[in-house]
Parts: sequence; C-alpha cells; structure tokens
Amino acid sequence: MKLARFIFTAPPRAAGWSLLTIALAAATDARAGEWPYFVTYSHQMEEPGNLEIATRSVTGKVPDGNRFAGTALELEYGATGWWTTEFYLDGQATSRESAFLTGYRWENRFRLFSREHWINPVLYVEYERINGADRSLLEVVGHDGREDLAGGTAEGRLEPVREIETKLILGSNFKGWNVSENFIAEKNLAHAPFEFGYAVAASRPLAMAARADRCNFCLENIDVGAELYGGLGTHEAFGLRGTSHYLAPTVSLQLAGGTAFRVSPGFGLTGSSARFLLRFGVSYELAQFGRAVSRLFR
Amino acid sequence: MRYRLSPAILIVILSAAALSAGSLLQEAPARAHSKVNPYAGDKTAIGAGEKLYQRECAPCHGRAGEGIGKRPPLASKSVADVSPGAIEWVLRTGSSRRGMPSFSHLPEPQRWQIAAFLKQRAALKQRGDR
Repeated sequence: MKLARFIFTAPPRAAGWSLLTIALAAATDARAGEWPYFVTYSHQMEEPGNLEIATRSVTGKVPDGNRFAGTALELEYGATGWWTTEFYLDGQATSRESAFLTGYRWENRFRLFSREHWINPVLYVEYERINGADRSLLEVVGHDGREDLAGGTAEGRLEPVREIETKLILGSNFKGWNVSENFIAEKNLAHAPFEFGYAVAASRPLAMAARADRCNFCLENIDVGAELYGGLGTHEAFGLRGTSHYLAPTVSLQLAGGTAFRVSPGFGLTGSSARFLLRFGVSYELAQFGRAVSRLFR
Repeated sequence: MRYRLSPAILIVILSAAALSAGSLLQEAPARAHSKVNPYAGDKTAIGAGEKLYQRECAPCHGRAGEGIGKRPPLASKSVADVSPGAIEWVLRTGSSRRGMPSFSHLPEPQRWQIAAFLKQRAALKQRGDR
C-alpha cells in the first residue's frame, strides 16, 4: 500500500520510472516464442499478461540514394488469449543526411478461433502516423519501391502519412514447421487508393527435441526459414507491374536467458526493388508483466 | 416486456457453462487419450521437459506447479490420473477463450517431453501426499 501511495503522490516522472523498474524486476523472463520473421506475422499471439520488448531494424542502399537504417522499437502485450496489442516507435538514420523519429504505429491482432486448427486465421488492424521519411519497411505494399528510399529525408519529413493497415494472417504449425501467409490492404487516410501486398514465410527449428541442460547455442534454440514478400499494386492498378518483391532467408537464435536475436538478408527480385536489405532484431519477453504491475496496486 | 427462455436455449446455455467450468484435460477427445508418449520414463527427456516447463509454463502455473490465481495447479491428481495424450492435446490446441495459449509452436517431441515431466511430477506429488 505504501508503494501504491508513493506512486500516486510522487511527481509523475518519478512515479512512472519507479513503476516501470519495479514491474520489470518483478516479471520473469520467458522465451520470446517468435518465429524468425521480420515482415510476415504468424498466428501466434503474445501470451496473456506477457510483454515483449523488441527492435526490428533494416539497412540498405539504393543507387540514387544514401545508405539508410530504419528501426522500430516494439512493445507487444498479450491483453487476452485472443487479443494482442502492440505499439511501435519508428526512427531512421540516413548517411550524409540526418537521424530522427519518424512516427508511431498501434496495432491490434485478434485470433478468431479459440483452439488450434490446421489453418488459424488472425485479423490485424493497425493505425500508423508516420512521415514520408520512414524507413522501417515493416511491410511492402502497392508500388513501394526503391524510389521511395532514394528521396531526401528532409523533404520526406514534411510529408505526414496517416494510414490504416489491415491484414488477414493465416498460420499453420505442422511437424515442427510453421507456414504463415499474410494478405495486406493499406489505406492512406488522405486521398490515396487502397494498396495491397502479401507476405509468406516458412521456418522450423534445427532440432525437434530439447536437451536437458540449459544451453545457448544448441540446435533447438535456432530457427531457420525464409520469407517472400512484396506489393500487389493498388485497387486502380492491381497486379505485379511496377511492384517490388523480396526473398529473404532468415535465422533466429534464442538464448537460454530469454533474449532472441534475428537476422535476415533480403534480396530484391524485381527492377523496382532495392537490391539488398539487411534486417536484424533483438527481443526480450517479460512473462506476466501485467500481473506484476497489478500486484503493485493491491 | 416479458421474455420467455425456451428449453432448447436453456440447455445450450447450461451445456456451454458446464463445458467452460470443467478442466481442459477433460475435453480431450478419445483419440488423444490413446496416444502413447514416446518419452515416458525417459530420464533425459523428463529433464528436458522440466527445462521446457520452467520456460514455457512456470510463469502462469508456478515453478512447482502449484497454480497461480485462476491458473490451475499442475502438480495435481487430475494430471497424475489423466493420459499423457490428453496433456499433449491441451498443449497443442490450447483454448484462448479459457486463457490457455496453444503451444503448437513447440515441435511435437518437446510437447511430449513436457507431458512426461508433468506426469512424473504429479505422480511423485500424489505419492508424497499420501
């Protein structure tokens, strides 16, 4: 009770930091439980009460532009067994230009079936408020291509982008394999057509059975797979013409302490694509973070 | 305005309530019960199952399987008595409506390793309680 009183009476910033520190200490680490994908979503939801902190970064260079790095800081929370909510903070840095935050996203995923089936559908709805300089490349839709990455960030920063993105996520787990398919529809809330895209991926761990000892580099902790993703044009010009597509092998390593690392080199498949993108990320999951926070107020 | 509840609707509501009140283990189909755990009695697999349990299950069910809040205890008679196939079935299918996530992302051998550990610990607990 003393703690709760302190949090309610302390200055807001001190209370906020105290709350976060205590909750982080009270929560326990857990396996991030994620497949090694960067663009494709699987049907796996965040476990109820767990908080995952992750980064997804990408770096690349297009012929007419400077080398860039985009990153998204991700906070994913399992609100219920069927609802996962996630907040992203995006930023970018471009060589010989500048580095700044480019906006935020708020996404929600809803699992449609309570139990696991052969194919498991999940609905995804995201609101994003970013600007034209965003380089996080969390999805490829419409006619997104290397021209978007070549433009100067100073001009892009002045271009506000407010979008609603929806996805139908389908996922299956079979004999250690995960196969996931995403169908994407995105609408800029300004006067712009609907844009479409897709992402498909498959992966599996290198060992099916676990070892009894606590190990970091054993095969059960390594997942390998591949992603294929790209744009499908707009509702006015639907199809593959002028769209960009990428094929990306991907690998993840889950350390015994709960931290997971992922890396994925992506290769552009069409003339509109960037030739090469390197994605990398790290994630850490705090089990029962929600319960740790709620305990502070009892 | 008065509403009358028809007997058919009442039966459906009561059946749904009865289903949601029981243990998930009781909902396992017969074919799940008939499956044999390939790791039953394998000490190495039980050790691996314990490691997996501590990582995947302990945050909700407790390190000793004592249960936390509404999350049921797993070092219990119901786990000791049920078939390993039913445990693997619950791990695979889950029930997001009941707050139990699916662990189908774990390969099947790992789910059997967890089932082997849970069965052994529940049996030891039952023996110790007598």
